[in-house]
Amino acid sequence: MEGLSVADANLVMYLHPSKSRNVSQSILRELGSLLFKFNETFDGVLLAYDVNILDKQAKILSGVHPYFGLRLKANLLLFSPKPDMLLEGKVVKLSQESIHVIVLGFSSAIITAENIRGEFKYRTKDTEELFASKSHKRHVIKVGTMIRFLVKSFDEEILHIIGSLISAHTGSIRWLDRHLEEDSEFDRSSMKSRDREWLGDKTVDEGATPMSYDNHIKMSKKRRITE
Amino acid sequence: MGLELPKYPEMEEDQVFNFTDSEIVSHVKQALASVLSGDNNSYNQLVGVMHHSKHLAPDEVALLETTLKALAGAVSSIDITYHDSLLSAIFCMSMWNYGPHVADALAELIVSLAISNGKYLDLCLGMLVSNFTPPPYFLDKLKMPHGLERKGQVLSRVHAAFKKIADYVPLAPLRLLTIVLQGMPTIYHKDRAIVIYVENMLKLESGEIGELVGSTILMAVVDRLIELDVEIGWDAILQDDFSKGIFEMELEDVDDIEESAEPDVGEFRLSRKSLAGNSIAELLDNLLVLTFEHLESCEREGRLAKVFETLLQSFQVTVLSAYKSKFAQFVMFYACALDPENCGMRFATMLADLFVQDSQPQPTRMSAVSYLASYLSRAKFLAASSISSMLKRLVDWCLEYCEAHDGDINPNAHRVFYSGCQAIMYVLCFRMKVFVDVPRLKSELLIPLEQVLKHKLNPLKVCLPSVVEEFLRQAKAASLFTVCKTFIFDGLLESELSRAFGGLERLDTFFPFDPCLLKKCDSFIRPMFVFWSMVKPTHDDAFDDDDDDDGSSDDYLVQDFVNENEDIMNDEFGKSFDEQGVDMDDFDYALKKMSITPKATSNYKFGGRFQEPARMPSRIRPSTSPESL
Repeated sequence: MEGLSVADANLVMYLHPSKSRNVSQSILRELGSLLFKFNETFDGVLLAYDVNILDKQAKILSGVHPYFGLRLKANLLLFSPKPDMLLEGKVVKLSQESIHVIVLGFSSAIITAENIRGEFKYRTKDTEELFASKSHKRHVIKVGTMIRFLVKSFDEEILHIIGSLISAHTGSIRWLDRHLEEDSEFDRSSMKSRDREWLGDKTVDEGATPMSYDNHIKMSKKRRITE
Repeated sequence: MGLELPKYPEMEEDQVFNFTDSEIVSHVKQALASVLSGDNNSYNQLVGVMHHSKHLAPDEVALLETTLKALAGAVSSIDITYHDSLLSAIFCMSMWNYGPHVADALAELIVSLAISNGKYLDLCLGMLVSNFTPPPYFLDKLKMPHGLERKGQVLSRVHAAFKKIADYVPLAPLRLLTIVLQGMPTIYHKDRAIVIYVENMLKLESGEIGELVGSTILMAVVDRLIELDVEIGWDAILQDDFSKGIFEMELEDVDDIEESAEPDVGEFRLSRKSLAGNSIAELLDNLLVLTFEHLESCEREGRLAKVFETLLQSFQVTVLSAYKSKFAQFVMFYACALDPENCGMRFATMLADLFVQDSQPQPTRMSAVSYLASYLSRAKFLAASSISSMLKRLVDWCLEYCEAHDGDINPNAHRVFYSGCQAIMYVLCFRMKVFVDVPRLKSELLIPLEQVLKHKLNPLKVCLPSVVEEFLRQAKAASLFTVCKTFIFDGLLESELSRAFGGLERLDTFFPFDPCLLKKCDSFIRPMFVFWSMVKPTHDDAFDDDDDDDGSSDDYLVQDFVNENEDIMNDEFGKSFDEQGVDMDDFDYALKKMSITPKATSNYKFGGRFQEPARMPSRIRPSTSPESL
């Protein structure tokens, strides 16, 4: 899955003097308040962090409230979906008009009917609503299916994604993974993103791979970030 | 207003079934799409249906319901700019105006809208939150059966909608929290909207998304309670004569006096003099009752321990730091009463921990021990062992302090110490029986206690004289120990020294769990509350027979005290008699029973029959002692 990255950050955190009694707790609290919110500096949604204090000494700012600045080193897990990235999520609601997906358990995504390719037809089977592919009988999307979809846009405020199932390698993950190796005529021209090598041992550069290839996630470039 | 309802193609009542849902949906989609090309006719008709809300005929109701359902299916075609009039019409709709079917359809539309696009989420949540409170015309109907039914119908749908939205948009509860907190009516709203709003907040806490939003909501509710509480205090102080005393130590409940006696003068004025204060008191009363009932339901569901942690935190942050909170602390009292072993002890331990921590600021420590003392004295549900263990902790701390500080009497320097001693004495005034119930306590507690009281720091001289006097009297009667020196208090309710250690905040006269003056609350608290009359020692007989020299001097002192205060009490009584006579009925009988002074009553009611003066003065008013006048 794309959009996930781990970043090394050098941070400077300024704390109010009242927090000086329990510094580590205050640091964790400050960083905790950033969780699941889109952060401009990090250019992504902070999902997890691991932090270490670099220096026991901190510089005190002069001013009415003498805040003191702590230098920290943190490992940050960030989520920043951009248009044309492929994301994976679980279907929670399905209707003729739309498919509602939840990504990573916290981000909601919607794929409206006009963004579902014609291959999929809406059907009701035994009161269960589903989208079934006309060309591949086994390819079915219903509530609970994990699907892979393309990002069209991302609302940073609500962390809401508008997705699409137009391109060929979107759909139910289980079916896609099973049939990917069989299909040698893999049409990749429709994808505008950078090259991705499925076969072979080459590591993937932006650190984005499907969830089953976790061990190939590579640390993305280090970034200097100051707050 | 010539309103033209949209004409669905050949749609009449008997032909409705000819159209499938999807046909209607596509018709609506067309109407929405046509706006982009400039043709507003069918769109305007749609908007018209939304606005038409009052006095709907059955077919209009059906039309509205169908339209709402169709819109729910067509949310993807709604554009935030082109269709803003439609959207604003939808968001202004109130479920309180409609019956169950339309309300269902409206809820469905809102949910669909919320999950379809991030832009609508906040607006949809806001619309649902605004449905917490009924439109103004409906507020009066809330008490009637029809109103209650409508209320149940609307609120169940609103909360179900929250759950549905949270299912599809996991971060929705976070945004909901912000919206709910921002939308809280202020205490100055004349309508009683805040009561039903808080009811909804508590419903959220116990609902399915309660785990995510519950603790913040509870803390916000307690904040609001304190705001109201503080409002009452200030009103009374500003408008009232300061010498009447706001924070009175009320030790007596006259269960034995059957007639409705007039209330204590000070408190009477506290609640009566400013009407604004009175309506706020009523509001606070209602909110506290809501909270009590909520705690009861938490207890039934087995969640009380978890909720209590939030309350405890809220107490430390909000209530403890508020300047002499009057009633809001009863939330803690009630929660403890529901679960004495866990919550009850937890509360006491927290207060004791705060008291002994050197790192806490002085007012916090003194406040904490005042709460502890009042709590241990008034909580009927606490076991003797719990009380004794707390007492022991206090005594041990005081003894340690004595041994570490070798100075002379100095109220300013040892404020925390004196408040600790006063707390011990106050608790023992109420709970002298604990020495009987816990046999080993006498040996464990008395020796250190005696050492503390006879130390050079001389707490007996510094602490509130009325407390000390009562304690010594009871101690003597129980033969705990005798005090060599006789303390001449001259019938003082307070002294220079006690004022000195009490400081500006007058923490020497702070007894937070004194009888609750709010009537509805009080009916909840009563069964678990210890009134002074219940534990008042019957050593009067012993007293009369007492022939000791010590006894007689005490007798003399008591008589002096009674005489002096009689004048003061009579004065005030005389002054305010007319007022009291007029406003009596407004006040609940039980409320008046709470604050009575025997002297005043006897003059008023029993034409001369003198009730024995309570050994402990039933009213301690700061700044009414002769010295301060």
